[in-house]
Amino acid sequence: MTLKELKPGQRGKVTGLGAEGAMKRRIMDMGVTPGVEIQVVKTAPLGDPVEVRVRGYELSLRKDEAALVNIEL
Amino acid sequence: MSITIALAGNPNCGKTTLFNEITGARQHVGNWPGVTVEKKEGVYKKDREVMILDLPGTYSLSPYSAEEIVARDYIVKEKPDGVINIVDGTSIERNLYLTLQILETRIPMVIALNMMDEVESRGDQIDCRKLSELLGVPVIPIVARSGKGLKELMEAAVDTAKGRKKPERAKFFDKELADAILSIANVIGKGDSDEDYWRAIKLTEHDEMITETVPEEKKKDVEALVKAADYMSSGDAEAKIADSRYQYIAGLVKECVRKSGRGHVKTRSDKLDQILTNRILALPVFAGIMYLLFACTFSENFLFVPGLPSPGVWLAGIVEDAWAFAAEQMVGAAESLGASEWALGLVVSCLDGIGAVVGFLPLVLVLFLLLSFLEDSGYMARVAFVMDRIFRHFGLSGRSFIPMLMGFGCSVPALMASRTLESDKDRKITMMITPFMSCGAKLPIYAMFAATLFADSNQTAVVFSIYMLGIGVAVISALVLNKFAFKSEASNFIMELPEYRVPTLKSVVIHGWEKVKGFAVKAGTVIFASTVLIWVLSNFNLGGMCDMEKSFLASMGNGIKWIFAPLGFADWRASVGVVTGWIAKENIVATFGQLFGNVSEETVAAVMAGEEALPAISQVFNQVSAYAYMAFNLLCMPCFAAVGAMKREYGSWKWTLRAVGFQMAAAYIVALFINVIGNMIF
Repeated sequence: MTLKELKPGQRGKVTGLGAEGAMKRRIMDMGVTPGVEIQVVKTAPLGDPVEVRVRGYELSLRKDEAALVNIEL
Repeated sequence: MSITIALAGNPNCGKTTLFNEITGARQHVGNWPGVTVEKKEGVYKKDREVMILDLPGTYSLSPYSAEEIVARDYIVKEKPDGVINIVDGTSIERNLYLTLQILETRIPMVIALNMMDEVESRGDQIDCRKLSELLGVPVIPIVARSGKGLKELMEAAVDTAKGRKKPERAKFFDKELADAILSIANVIGKGDSDEDYWRAIKLTEHDEMITETVPEEKKKDVEALVKAADYMSSGDAEAKIADSRYQYIAGLVKECVRKSGRGHVKTRSDKLDQILTNRILALPVFAGIMYLLFACTFSENFLFVPGLPSPGVWLAGIVEDAWAFAAEQMVGAAESLGASEWALGLVVSCLDGIGAVVGFLPLVLVLFLLLSFLEDSGYMARVAFVMDRIFRHFGLSGRSFIPMLMGFGCSVPALMASRTLESDKDRKITMMITPFMSCGAKLPIYAMFAATLFADSNQTAVVFSIYMLGIGVAVISALVLNKFAFKSEASNFIMELPEYRVPTLKSVVIHGWEKVKGFAVKAGTVIFASTVLIWVLSNFNLGGMCDMEKSFLASMGNGIKWIFAPLGFADWRASVGVVTGWIAKENIVATFGQLFGNVSEETVAAVMAGEEALPAISQVFNQVSAYAYMAFNLLCMPCFAAVGAMKREYGSWKWTLRAVGFQMAAAYIVALFINVIGNMIF
């Protein structure tokens, strides 16, 4: 499953990235690498983007981008 | 011997606060060549021999954003004597990622571990000595906001830079990866050269910019080695390198950081965020904050109290009155010296030229005091978070909302507000379309036409529709520019939501002052020169000083009026109006007042307010061509002050002229459509 499917409050472990090129690099640069634990904090008022907590800080990303992060519960 | 020390760090790590603390007010703000990224330089206030350069805030040294490219080119190519890497102690894991990448360049470096007060108040502990030992560079705990630890930091930084104390070669890749990198370094140069080794790391990371620099004859060998590295990294060396860095960081954190053990505790920032990004409250709160931002800067009836000026308007009034008084004194002095009529005229026009710059300063100051408060407090990131859903459809970021909203007040501070945008592409597009938001100075033009040519019952609709037209053209322009002019640049929305923090008064004030100074100096010359030029053109002909009807400008108006024939207003007076509108858009009304019947100043004022008509303009305009003319002046090149602001923000004439060209084209096309379709219907 992917990060997009997680509900606020749920957490999972990153297993891999479905992105390529600049997008993938950006996701990794921000600390979302395989093995890291990630938790969805909330969804923006208009339903997108989402806020997640990873490596001790809050990160926001669009749902399309969250769909590129493979996770396991 | 003077040395240069660069400040590098993540966005929101307190880098600017540190820069302000160590340089004081001695700063120089400019642009990095070719990009709309700010370049700040200063001098260490306790040692004039130490130059400080503030690099743009970045999360990494990847080649994917203008900021990252600027920062890494500077570190790798310009090679400062030393780097101070600011690390936010409250999110040390992510911050250290950039640290490791700077270590890979082997530039002499010191780490400033910032926000130590917050770390302690959370009950966490960081062992700086241990961290320093493991990383092989000095680590100095600081609190940039209060100035704690800065003396020790600067001592260590100067010592490291002067002694050229290089950190050891990066040792966070496993043997296989390190060997692969070394063999690539040996192909492109020498394995023991720092720069070649760094380039080899980047090649292994599939870095497109570095890959392009590999000479043709070596490309094949490098490609094969990178493929091999990929193969032994289970298909992806890039991921393995990022992972190695984070693995190494995890080790460092485990050894050096002692968490309070309570897991993630709810901070004050989290509680604030529950309101500010709340599902129901977020949008009303956002609207309220935006209203306040606009009202504080531009409102004549502040907080709905009739006649109460907002801080911006109040300050602008004071400055304008003071300037008018000073100008009067100077003209009086020139008169008493027996200056001739034209010399006196020139003095007046020069004073007007300076006045045109001075009048904007209070607006710029007030808006930027408020904006820098929003930026430094962390709310600006939430603006993007809340508004992204809407703006992405136009290919823009949620933060574009602020410059566009401010555009309804005045394009000058609005254009400067585009600095708060994250990406270079968004900034460039936003600056092109912000002047399409109808500013306060354009309203008198609509009032004049509405009062003269349209029935009372239609006037509001006419003016309102012009505003809507501006928004519509801006949206379409953003879509078109994204699709055709900037299509190669992918945008993403992967960004940090920083902790809310109360900004320090010092950084807010310095930021506001910087903007005022930058505008006065960088934009001032453009505005002044063009204002004086238009004045000369409109008051002189070959015989000397004359009325506007006989001036150079009138001849030019006659010469260029054919251009406007397809738009429905092939009249020299209309053409002259377009040109004088570039000094300030409301000038169009005064120009028309003079050229269509030589009316008094009182009448011009009444026409501007829409209380009186200017019947003579109906000789030239009908409703359709008047509408086309309004649209043309809304969309065409903004006033010189705004062009000056654009020039300052773009940092290049090339981009400024592109933007003006785009605006001219948009104005012409839209006015043409209005005239052609309008004449079909009416």
